[in-house]
Amino acid sequence: MHIPDGLLSAPVSMACATLSALAIGTAAARARARLGSRGVAMLGVTGAFIFAAQMLNFPVVGGTSAHLIGGVLAAVLLGPSTAVVVMTAVLVLQCLAFGDGGLLSLGANALNMAVVHPLVGYAAYRTIAGVPRCGQPLQPARQIAGAAFGAWVATIAGAAVCAGEIVLSRIGAPAVVLAAMVGVHAAVGVGEAVVTALVLATVLRVRPELANAVARAPAARRTVTAISLGLAASLALALFVSPFVCAWPDGLERLASRLGLDPSREHILFVAPMDGYAVHGIRVHVLSTSLAAAAGTLLVFGLCCALGWWLAPRRCSPADRAIATASRI
Amino acid sequence: MTARHFLQGSADINSPIRRISATVKLCATGILVLAITLLPARHAVWALVPFAMLIALARLARLPMAVFAVHLAIAQPFVLGVAVLALFQQNGVVAFASLAIKSTVCVAAIQFLVLTTHFQELLEVLRRAHVPSALVLALGVVHRYLFVLIEELKRMRRARAARTLHARYGGLWVALASVIAVSFVRSMARSERIAMAMRARGWS
Repeated sequence: MHIPDGLLSAPVSMACATLSALAIGTAAARARARLGSRGVAMLGVTGAFIFAAQMLNFPVVGGTSAHLIGGVLAAVLLGPSTAVVVMTAVLVLQCLAFGDGGLLSLGANALNMAVVHPLVGYAAYRTIAGVPRCGQPLQPARQIAGAAFGAWVATIAGAAVCAGEIVLSRIGAPAVVLAAMVGVHAAVGVGEAVVTALVLATVLRVRPELANAVARAPAARRTVTAISLGLAASLALALFVSPFVCAWPDGLERLASRLGLDPSREHILFVAPMDGYAVHGIRVHVLSTSLAAAAGTLLVFGLCCALGWWLAPRRCSPADRAIATASRI
Repeated sequence: MTARHFLQGSADINSPIRRISATVKLCATGILVLAITLLPARHAVWALVPFAMLIALARLARLPMAVFAVHLAIAQPFVLGVAVLALFQQNGVVAFASLAIKSTVCVAAIQFLVLTTHFQELLEVLRRAHVPSALVLALGVVHRYLFVLIEELKRMRRARAARTLHARYGGLWVALASVIAVSFVRSMARSERIAMAMRARGWS
């Protein structure tokens, strides 16, 4: 998903760079206040950890493989502001040391993968995992379910923002770009969700205190409420506004007219019997798209809950104790 | 990570290009990329002129052409994937060709910069450009420990593979995820040690 240079137009690149610079500056100030003097070492090593984890390939059917993006994992384990800084460091390194992603589009890549991805994922995680009461740790099952669902939502949100950048650069019709990016990443996000859940479950089993360090940090209730409201609003936007924007036949019609199969020319042959049906048809189309999106989201949410319930650690087995000992080395 | 080491190795090849200051190379790359981005779609063919110059400079810098070509090819799926979307609008073929050319030339420019410059020199440029010192230092630490952690991950994966006889998809995913989890626990411990070592040497 690293956008190379030359694809996005200059104004879009500049706007994205400004937006992400603002977000990253705020996050860096917050992370600095939280981490103190050991911050630099921790940011550096966790950045290297995320980068290394991204290079581990998980086999998928037919010789293809997937890898972790890791933004939501970082947000859950380290906190949202730290995750933003860590992901930015990873992206800058990938650009300047390995030439992955463009120089001018670094701002756009940072917005997709270092700002929107971890923050949206963390908001979803916090909504599902709940608010910690004084002294009480969060329920592991809810934490895992929240992280898994957050990873899925965040992958789609990142892809949608990327699609928005491509559309604003006037590369393709909104319908085609949005449908292609969101469709592909709804599948990619499932892999991300499963890996995030598995990793978080293992950390919760062998070192629960590391996974709960963020959850125990004092969080104002207001912030959590605001985050939940923002998440709900964005979900609603995705469900009910996107079908209007996503006029899928638009792109196909253009293609058809280019190929000489202009449907409007054939329509002259038979006059539509009732114009009112068109409006009715559009409404049905919008409703069905929204319903399909909502059903898909609910299905993934249910699967994430099942994953959380299944993976939540119940008791510490001898094998886990062995891993815990080995990981102290 | 032989490819990555190879990549790092090619920044050591001594050549006139290699000796140019990193500031000049970074600025030149930035200006070239901006100019190509601003090039109108109809005139995208002109981007092939800097491309030819980049190839000539790469020969001058004695870069291994195979590595250069492989890195150009790696970015192609995304470039073509996005460029194909342009086919769905009017003048689609022109837009497709211009996007593909412009993006490939930009990728070549970035690769040329990366293959002829040490990352430490680029960090020095960032530091002198008043990028916050904590961010520059953190980037240095990421670069320093990246290969250490990759080696460690590979060791853990090999150890897992040696002990797991019949790992199918599910089992393999669980095993790989636990490798990542243990790597996280270890990197937290490592960051504590590094922070202590930094403090012992006068860092505050």
